Order: sequence, then C-alpha cells, then structure tokens
Amino acid sequence: MLTIMKFLKPYRWQIVFIILFTLGGTTLELLLPTLMAEVVDVGIVNSDLPYILQTGGWMIACAVLAVIFTVAVMFFSSKTALGFSKDVRRSLFTKVESFSLQEVEKVGTASLITRTTNDIKQVQDVLNMIFNMMTRAPLMLLGGIILAVMREPSLSLIFLASLPALALTIILISRKAIPLFKVLQKKTDRLNLILRETLTGIRVVRGFNRVEYEKKRFNEANEQFRDTGIKVNRIIAFVFPLMMLIMNFTNIAIVWLGAVRIDNGVMQVGNLMAFLQYAAMILMSLVMLSMAFIMIPRAQASAVRINEVLQLSPDMKNPDEPETEIAAAGTVAFQNVTFRYNGAEKAAVENISFKAEAGKTTAIIGSTGSGKTTLIQLIPRFYDVESGSIAVDGVDIRKMSVKHLRGKIGYVPQRAVLFSGTIAENVRFGKEDATDQEVAAALETAQAIDFVTEKEQGTSTAVSQGGGNLSGGQKQRLSIARALVRKPDIYIFDDSFSALDYKTDAKLRKALKEQTKKATFIIVAQRVNTVRDADQIIVLNEGKIAGIGTHQELLESCTIYQEIVSSQRTEEESA
Amino acid sequence: MTEQKENQHNTPSSKPRRSGPGPMPGPGPGPSPMMPGEKPKEFKKTLIRLTKYLKPRKIQLIFVLIAAVFATLFNVISPKVLGDATTSLFNSFTEGTAVDFRYIVQLVLILFGLYSLSSLFAFLQQYIMAGISQWTIAEMREEVNEKLTRLPLRYFDKQQHGDILSRAVNDIDNINNSLQQALTQVITSVITVIGILIMMLIINPLLTLVVVITIPLSLIVVRIVTSFSQSHFMKQQHELGQINGHVEEMFTGHQVVKAYGHEEKAVAQFDEINDRLYQAGWKAQFFSGLMMPLIMFVNNLGYVFVSIVGGIFVMNGTIRIGDVQAFIQYSRQISQPMAQIASIANMIQTAIASAERIFTLLDEAEETPEQPANIDLEQLRGEVTFENIHFGYEKDQPIIEEMDIEVAEGQTVAIVGPTGAGKTTLINLLMRFYELDKGSIKIDDVVLTDISREEARSMFAMVLQDTWLFNGTIRENIAYGREGATETEIVQAAKSAYADDFIRTLPDGYDTVLGEDASNISQGQRQLLTIARAILSNPKILILDEATSSVDTRTEMNIQKAMNQLMAGHTCFVIAHRLSTIRDADLILVMNHGRIIEQGTHEELLEKHGFYADLYYSQFSEAITAS
Repeated sequence: MLTIMKFLKPYRWQIVFIILFTLGGTTLELLLPTLMAEVVDVGIVNSDLPYILQTGGWMIACAVLAVIFTVAVMFFSSKTALGFSKDVRRSLFTKVESFSLQEVEKVGTASLITRTTNDIKQVQDVLNMIFNMMTRAPLMLLGGIILAVMREPSLSLIFLASLPALALTIILISRKAIPLFKVLQKKTDRLNLILRETLTGIRVVRGFNRVEYEKKRFNEANEQFRDTGIKVNRIIAFVFPLMMLIMNFTNIAIVWLGAVRIDNGVMQVGNLMAFLQYAAMILMSLVMLSMAFIMIPRAQASAVRINEVLQLSPDMKNPDEPETEIAAAGTVAFQNVTFRYNGAEKAAVENISFKAEAGKTTAIIGSTGSGKTTLIQLIPRFYDVESGSIAVDGVDIRKMSVKHLRGKIGYVPQRAVLFSGTIAENVRFGKEDATDQEVAAALETAQAIDFVTEKEQGTSTAVSQGGGNLSGGQKQRLSIARALVRKPDIYIFDDSFSALDYKTDAKLRKALKEQTKKATFIIVAQRVNTVRDADQIIVLNEGKIAGIGTHQELLESCTIYQEIVSSQRTEEESA
Repeated sequence: MTEQKENQHNTPSSKPRRSGPGPMPGPGPGPSPMMPGEKPKEFKKTLIRLTKYLKPRKIQLIFVLIAAVFATLFNVISPKVLGDATTSLFNSFTEGTAVDFRYIVQLVLILFGLYSLSSLFAFLQQYIMAGISQWTIAEMREEVNEKLTRLPLRYFDKQQHGDILSRAVNDIDNINNSLQQALTQVITSVITVIGILIMMLIINPLLTLVVVITIPLSLIVVRIVTSFSQSHFMKQQHELGQINGHVEEMFTGHQVVKAYGHEEKAVAQFDEINDRLYQAGWKAQFFSGLMMPLIMFVNNLGYVFVSIVGGIFVMNGTIRIGDVQAFIQYSRQISQPMAQIASIANMIQTAIASAERIFTLLDEAEETPEQPANIDLEQLRGEVTFENIHFGYEKDQPIIEEMDIEVAEGQTVAIVGPTGAGKTTLINLLMRFYELDKGSIKIDDVVLTDISREEARSMFAMVLQDTWLFNGTIRENIAYGREGATETEIVQAAKSAYADDFIRTLPDGYDTVLGEDASNISQGQRQLLTIARAILSNPKILILDEATSSVDTRTEMNIQKAMNQLMAGHTCFVIAHRLSTIRDADLILVMNHGRIIEQGTHEELLEKHGFYADLYYSQFSEAITAS
C-alpha cells in the first residue's frame, strides 16, 4: 500500500490543501454546538435577544464557511484520487506493454486485466474514502475529545468505557463477517460456474437427458449460497442496532451524571447539551474510522497486486548499439538453442540447431507439447534463449533492436487475434501506411477477399472485440492477411490453417506459395500433408530435434517421423 | 441536549445510512446511487408481479413491518423524553431549585427502555429480513434455472449466453439488493417522516413550520446535484467500459501487439481514453460528493433557525427549552430520509427493470411437456427414416425441403461440407433440439414426435468437437453418460475409449477434478473422455463430430481407434473430415449454405461432377497423389 502511495507525490500540494480545508471545516462544525451552548447559557438564561441573534449570525457564518471548505475538500480530493488512479493505470499499462511473453505468462493475462481495471478502481475508491473520511474522522475525534475534556474533564471519563466498547463491537462483528464474505464470494462463483456450464453444454445436458442432474447440482449450490447469505446478513443485522445502543446508553449516562453535576452547581445546562453533541461526534468518528480500517485491507490486496506488476522488470534489454545485418535478408539460424520457461525443470526446447533460408520452406512437425510453438516464438524474441543463439540475417537477435527484428517478421499465431476496428484497420495492423490496393491484395492472397466483399461495407466492416462477429476461419484468414500486408522477409505460421476447410486451405497455400517466393517460410504443422513439400522438415520430439530433412529423407531415416506418417496414414492409405 | 444522530449529517463523507444489511458481494457491480437507473417499461405491473414472490413469506414480512414500526416509533419518541429531562434540568437551574431527581430517574428509565426496545426491534427487523430476501431470491433463481431447462434450444442459439447469465446473476442480484435495503428503508422512512411530523405538531406547530421549510430545500439540492452528476456518471461508465475493453484487447492480443510493434500506439490510444476517463471521473466524483455537504448545509441552516427561533420562543415562554432540543433532533432525523430518496428510488427502479428482464425470460414460450410413450425402446434396431421433411430456422427461410433419407441399421451417414455449412442442423433435428416444420423422422417405425423428447434422446449418444465436460471428477464426467452406472462400467467405458491409460497416469486417477473448462487435461484427452461418456450411454444411434483441431498424433490415433470401436455395429451420423470415413460411408450428405445440396454414395457423387466432386478433388488431391 505504501509503495503505491508514491504516485501521490505530484499531488502533495493538493493533499496539503485537503488536510487544511478539512481541518477548517471540522473546526467550524465543532464550533456549532459550542455556539448553541452559548445561546442557551447566556442568551436564554439572561433573556438577551440581541445576543441570541448575534450568535445565530455567527452560527450561520460558520455553516456557510464549513460548506465552502467541504466543497473545496471534495474538489481537491476527487481530482487527486482520480488523477492518482489515472497515473497508476497508465504506468501499469505502459509497463505491461513493455513485457515480453515471459512476464505476461508469469502473471497471467486475465490477472493482468483485473489488475489494470478492478484493482485500480478498488484503490481509487479507498483513496477517495481516505481523503474524505480518514482525514476528517481523526480530526473530528481529536477535536471532539479536546473540546469535551476542556468543558467537562470528569464527565469525559465516560468515553473510556464507551469508546472501547464501540471499537470492540465493530472488531468482533467484522472478524466474524469478513471470512463469511469470502465464503459467500466462493459460493457465488460456484453458482455462476454451474450456470455457465449448463448453458454452454446445453446440447450435451439434454442429449444425455441429465436435466434433472443439473437441476440438482444447481439447487445444491443455490441453497448453499442462500444459507451463507442468510448467515452473513444476520451477523450484519447486529451492527447498526448495537452501535445505536452503545451511543444512546452513553447519552443516558451523560444526562444522568450531568444532572448530578448540575445539581451540585458545577455545570451549566448549555454545556451539557454541547457535551452530548460532542459525544455523538466522537463516537461517529470512531465508527467511521473503524469502517475505514475494515476497507483498507481490501485495497491493500489490490495495491499489492498492482505493485507486483510494477516491480516486475522485463529482463529483455534492447542493445545499446545495434549491429547491422551481414547475411542475406531472411536467413534464420539457430545455434545450439536451449530454452526453458520460468521455473520449469525441463527445457522446452533443447540444443536446437538449424538454418532457414530465403525462398525456402522450413516445416516443423511433432506432437503436442514437443516444443514447436516455443521454438518459433523464440524468433521474434518473445522469449530470450537460455543458451545458444539465434541469428537473423547473420546478426544475433539480441544485438538487434527488437523493433527492427520484429519488423522483418510476419507472424501468424495459432489462435487468430483480431482487434476491434474495421477489417481494413486490422489488416493495416501489419503495416500502418498500407494503401487500399495493398490491403486488398493481402486479403486476396489470404483468401479473405470473397467474404469481405460479400459484406455490405467491405473492408470498412466493423470487427467487434476479439473478432466475435467473424467465424474462426474468417478470423484466421484476416490474421494471415495482416502478416501478408507487411511483405516481410520471414513468415512464421503457427499451425495457422486449422480453422479453414480443406478447399480454402488448399487455395490459400497455393496462393501463398506464389506470393512468398523470395521470403523465408517457417511453418508449424500437425499433418504430414501440410509439410510434405517443404524444403526441410524438422521433426521435434520432447523439445529435441529428432530429425531434419526432406519428406523422403525422413521417411527413410527418422523413426519418429515414420510413426507420425503411419498414424496419419490409416486414413490416407486407401486414397 | 442530545444530538444522537447529528454526525450522520454533519459529516459529508458518511455515506447515506443504509438501514438494511450490508452490501452483498455479488458478481456484478450494484447500482450506484448516483447512476441513473434503467427505466422499466411497465413499472406497476412488474411491481405487482414481484410482490407475489414475497407472498409465501407474508407472515414474516408482517413481522418485519411491525418491528420496523416499533423500532422507528421508539426512536421518534425518545427525543421528546430527552427534551423533558433537559427542561426539568433547565428549570431547576434557572429557578435555582434542586434537580428533581425522581423525575429524572423516571425519564432515564423510560429512555433506557425506549432505546433498548428500538435497537431490539431494529435488529429483529433486519434479522428476519435477511431470511426473507435470501429465500425469495433463491426461489427466484431456482425458478429461472427451471425455466431454462424447459426452453427450447432455439432460445439458447439466438440469445447470447452472456445475456442469459447476466439475467440469472446480475439482475437477480439487483433485486436482492433492493429487497434487502430499499424495502426496509422505505418502510422506516415513511414511518419516520409521519411520526416526526406528528410529534413536532404536538409540541409546537409554529416551530414545525420552520423545520418543514428546509425539506423542499433539501429536495431541490438533491435534484440539482443528481442532474449534474448523472451525466458525468454516465460518461464515466462509458469511458470505463472503453478503457476496460482496450486493456482486455491489448493484453489478450499481447503476442500480436508485440509481433507487429504496436506497443506505442496502444499506449497512445490508452492515454486518450484514460484522460477522458479522468475528466469524467473526477467531475462525477465531485458532483456526487457535493450531495452530502449541501444537504448538511441545509440541515445546519435548519439547526441555526431552530436554535434562534426556539430561543426566542423560550424567552416568550411559548415553548420549553427541552422542546427546542427535541426539535433540533427531529429536524436532523426528518432530513435523513429526504437525502436518501434519490438513491432509494434509483435502487427500486433498477430492481424493477431487472425484474422486468427476468419476467420476460420467465414468459418465453416453453417446449410443450410430453408424456413417455408406451413403447419398448429397447426393441428398436436403429433404422432411421426421414420422410419428406421440411425445416428452417426461420419460418420464411426453409433450408431443408422435401428430404427423404433411409438409413439401415448399422449404416454410417457422413455429413460433409465447408465450415459454416450448417452441418449441425441434422443433429438438431435428430436429437429433437429443433422440431420439424413438416414430415417426420422415424426410428424403425416409431415417429420421433410420438415419444417424449427424453425418450428420443436416450436412443442417441453424441461426441461433439466442442468437448463439453463439467467441473467435477473424471469419474463423474464419464458417468454422465448414463444415470446409475457402476464403477466397473465406468472403467470399462474408459478402457474402450482408450482413456483409461492416461487417466491412471494422473495423480488422482478417476478422482481427478477437472478444472473450469477442463483446462487441466489436453484437448485430445477431453475428446477421449467424451467418447467414454458416449460409450457408457450405450445408444442405438451415434452422432459424431470428427475433430479437425490439432491434437497430437498419438492421442489422435487413440481417438480414431475409440471412435471406430464406438461406431462398430451402430447406426452413425458423422460430421466427417476424414477421407476414410467419408469414402466408407453408406450415404454422404453434402451441405452448403445451410442446405443439403447433394446426397449419395462416394462413387455416385463423384460421377455427378458436382459440388462434392469439386470439394473432394481440391481437398484430398495431395493425399491422393501421394499414395
């Protein structure tokens, strides 16, 4: 929590103002009961009308000034709290944008999103509350106690009993309620999970006639949720009545003891009235303070999560003096490359050496988990190798600016990712200044032109978030077009045709072949069919190269390759 | 003397008091008091319908009502009693006589009783209300869930899942909040206002006028502040949505953002939204924050006026000092419900709008309930006949017209076509997820619509590409195929599906709990489990969707073997991607743009030189030339 507070530094003057104005406002408010006591003790007792009116005038002045101060506090505190969250949000976002995949995976995408949105909101809300409540409540508490003690020191001893009683009540109840709130949250999640499952699996549920089973599952979760909800709310039902009881009993005690003192002639009635009001102020401040302390841990957890991200420094560094390329454009050379994911025992890829050249196709095949995707993700430096080196155009990629390196590559990930915007904007993601013709050409090669022109607005058709309004195959083709429009030296396709039907797939590959004559073409595939014509096929098995060569060579020499071929042959041998 | 509630108003930061139980941590954000609530279309009708849900708890509700009346009543009387004590003290003070302790003791005892009872009833009211609202809401949630089980598939295909979820979760949550908070607040507020007005009128009608004047002033303040803050809140909400969307997009697409060097542009775009959010945000915060200080100000004005006018009256002898004291307290108490009017009204409005959405869902047309037919399904062999069937998802857009198909027992029908050709339509019809417009589907001689949906579905088992498994153990997931399956049957099914091996390698074996979306096992393994599930259900007819997605070759071999095992001896409908399946099929249905455009055997279709032939040559040309 404290570390994140350094973001408040630019707002230190505003915070000073907030404290000053709060002090002013609180003092004025504390003055009101004092003035009222004067009205009673001096004005009414002496039947002094001008005095009453004059004091009344002061009271109004106090009220007006108090509200001006409070408005000023509101103004500065909302600007500061929102400004703070704006700054934190920005540095968090910028930070994440600087992360390599390694750091993103460490935290998790979903978690990063929550941290940038919800967690910041949490901290902002609490900060706002601190400004309004945490500055005010202690001042009020302190001021109230000072005034009370000044007026009636012995009567103030009552607070020694009622303040701890109040604090204890709040602590005890929140101790009981807070863990239950967590349980309740879990029950809510469970309920949502079941509901979502029955929705997505509705065909299976009905197909297997398990409607009753699902109903039972839901009802169980629902009842658990209900019972916990009742428990929580019944505990909370104690809070307010108990607080009121303590405060009211304090009042009774004050009246009683006050009566005794008035009887003894050591106290005036106006003073008793004022004292009662101070008591109310003191106790309410304490309630607010304890509420604030209950809320802070919530923000604390959020602040910790935000800090975790801010303190994560990307270990990937750009070289100070980038070297210039020496080999022909499009050459990718792996030299004894080993890489393991953070904290993994086993290397994801181990001792990989090969060379991919311009105008040639290099295919990588192997079973799931054999390290294919990892291998190609090393090329755009999404991760840094652990040992060995990767050279692009003859230069170690760590000695090249990351931007320059990635500019050479057209990367098509396994899962097509699109952004909200138009189709054209999504294609231009690959090359910002691409002309309309270039966009159209890329779409044509990617076999996307047909479905795009079929749309009423053509390339200006809006793509919804995550490409929700397009089919899987359409998304994939657009993500291929995005790579094509760059006309890069190196194409990397990570099993990028899986959502396409056979016909489109075949046409697309034919068009690609014509388009990428000069470029280096690195593809990851599952099917032998896809890789058969490649210039070299790399067979990966458990992160290691099990064989490199052409289809024919591997058929003769590589057992793993033979295994893959025979497993896929069952369906093709008859053809 | 006392100002027991003073600080609740003198403190601008204190949130309007909620007399109901604390906030419920729900999945969706509750309605902010400053946010303009969504306007329900038929307020009255929905409200009446909503109250029906409270009917079963009528007696408890009456208790709550009585408790609320008592809690408020005692609260309303106590200032007057305190005032009497003050008067007595003041009189003995000014007159120089000794304090009348007997009278004071009497008053203190009365106060003691009043405060205790008030707190007790306030507690009872909330305690009982917690049960009422949770029970009501749980029942409503159950009703929604039951309703979902009776809605036709058509509804789920049309409606977004997120939308249905939000009704079942967020909307119900809104009603819950409103029940727990608004309901008791409304009761207490009304009684408080009426009670105080009566008390004040009894004490002094003229001073009452002074207090009453401040009420419209509070209302005006609420109005003005709300109108200012609402537009900013709406803008803030909009920008919040924008920024969350941007963050989500950029983070999920991180790889692509990196690959195409878009980091700076992403940050620039972020800055733009972030700034707009800040501008709208601080204004919303500021204006809404003004509400409490301004109401407090109006309050303080009332306080001063009562003090002055009251002071003058005391001097005139028309009123006693303690009554002024009581008035000060009343003026505080009465303004509290005023300050809350906006937020309560908003909460109710949101709840009614939510209720309206839930009721729309509850009013959707259901599938007609069917009675099981008096037919022994076990005797059926599995011949499938389509007789002159007509079907369209939309009434005016038929996609199947006059289709006749005959499938003999044990035959395989392959359904082929490009992605998005509507291959699932046939599944929908066979499983009676959708009903035919005309014609009939028969299993042997039994027309599908003559038996109940449950019976019809019990004859089928499906293995879909979308491998749906639920959050439970592997055992439970396989057992899903048939109710009351024994352990041996489950293991046997897993063995037949080639899933037993991998299950045993898992640390918890069959007791392994599948996480959300079963992400702790691979896609291929998920597929094997769905096959095991299908095997266990021991169907007459199978519906299979062959996988195109990437699973590793060994698992895929297992899947293939398991599928073949499953298909042997059964009538099968296969959404086919494999050449071997297609070629060996007894009947191929070729689909495109949602329609069945060709049907026949492989040879027949090739001879036609139609769509199928075209598809076949382009798809499998490589495979053909290779071998």
